[in-house]
Amino acid sequence: MNFTLQIWRQDRPGDSGRYETIEAHEIDAEASFLEMLDQVNERLIAQGSRAVAFDSDCREGICGACSLTIDGLPHGPQQVTTCQTYMRDFRDGQTIRVEPFRNNAFPVMRDLVTDRGALDRIIQSGGYISTSTGPQPEPNAMPVSPEVQTTAMDAAICIGCGACVAACPNGAAMLFTGAKVTHLNSLPQGQAERGDRVRSMVHQMDAEGFGGCTNFGECSLACPQEISIDVIGTLNREYRKAVRDEKKASKKMVAQ
Amino acid sequence: MLVTDGTRARRSGLRELWDSSIGKKIAVAVSGGILVGYVVLHMLGNLNSLYGPGNGDARVDDYAHWLRTFGEPLLPYGFVLWAVRVLLLAALVVHVTGIVQLRARSRAARGGHPARRIGRSFSAATTIVTGSLLLAFIVFHILQFTTLTIDVTPLHEGAVYANLYNAFQKWYFVLLYVLAVGSLGFHLRHGVWSAVQTLGFDSPEKNQAIRRTAGALAVFVVVGFVLVPVLFWTGALSAPDVANTQASITVVAR
Repeated sequence: MNFTLQIWRQDRPGDSGRYETIEAHEIDAEASFLEMLDQVNERLIAQGSRAVAFDSDCREGICGACSLTIDGLPHGPQQVTTCQTYMRDFRDGQTIRVEPFRNNAFPVMRDLVTDRGALDRIIQSGGYISTSTGPQPEPNAMPVSPEVQTTAMDAAICIGCGACVAACPNGAAMLFTGAKVTHLNSLPQGQAERGDRVRSMVHQMDAEGFGGCTNFGECSLACPQEISIDVIGTLNREYRKAVRDEKKASKKMVAQ
Repeated sequence: MLVTDGTRARRSGLRELWDSSIGKKIAVAVSGGILVGYVVLHMLGNLNSLYGPGNGDARVDDYAHWLRTFGEPLLPYGFVLWAVRVLLLAALVVHVTGIVQLRARSRAARGGHPARRIGRSFSAATTIVTGSLLLAFIVFHILQFTTLTIDVTPLHEGAVYANLYNAFQKWYFVLLYVLAVGSLGFHLRHGVWSAVQTLGFDSPEKNQAIRRTAGALAVFVVVGFVLVPVLFWTGALSAPDVANTQASITVVAR
């Protein structure tokens, strides 16, 4: 198969990038999108040009490193990661526009590589639990019902790729943050920091410059893990309760 | 932007809410809820005009008068009316200010690269448009039927039925009101369920029901509002009895 690629090229962070047209000839239909880019790069290197920089790691759809927007769709036409997108999903001779995940909080480092450290800093601000060291705890001391477990695991499946952010017309990171908060706040292990977690994560999310949700639901349609926007409702609820309880707690402290 | 507890802004209560994106959305949702509540009452109140001219003493004229005398003699004349007006203005200011600020944030976050549409509904995509149209319409509507400034058709204070009848004999007013109410319908369809989501009152098993309720509420409000201009225009509601109306206005006007 042959394709015409319009690829975003940008030499260094802060540069104004541009689209460059690159021909990709004789590509196997069973090649993944990243394998296609590998072949393009080999030819570019043979010609003495600079290879197209892009992120990838596990190439089996579980790490969340790959991050391309293909024809405006984060990760491409199928609701899977870029590494699991295959060239058979495109027409022979098609012109494909490839750009990095777009968001001001994701600065482009080079070509298609973005710095998604903003998501890591959101995790850092509250995506942890406190646990005591010592002897192994009694296994039945913390019962988790199957319903709670399902809710938590459906959210914990997030691989943190940032497709939700790239898909969002408002550049919001609320599906990501919602997934993390739903995961940790619904399990008993996460109760100690419950209120603090959501307040810190939302504060960090805002500090990174992400936008706000308008409930379009497009994040969920781009998510390779199919996380539902119900997690955003949970995030909103947890945040509202945390601010309310904090207010109550501070009043109580003054009274004592 | 590094995460350190020392630099983390520790605000509390309303200040923290207004400064955070989620809190601002909550403010928009609550103020929107107040406006939705008013819109439903306004629509139900309007339906009083369906009782017809009532031989010079139209029920809707009495209703308008009752709104002003409501709470008397405990409260002064027009007190409740003005209290509601102040509340609505405050809600509208919070609603619009919140949205303008959130929108500025969101635009900045995209960094000049608008996202491709991949599945937003029509009502969701046009919320900002229908909202702006509604804001312009509200200004026009108040200038027409509250302050009686836009006096194209003969308008007289207190003669609500006659004012409505005369205004809605003009096809362009009917069209304008139907379009405005249509915008309101789309605005409500996305706005109401969105507010429920923002306030976190949703849950996975209730979400479908909430969306349907929002759609049903939008239809209910649209039908209720549209009935009045359409029935006047088609002639289903007859012309006011002019002589008697003039007489009753002099009684009503204090």
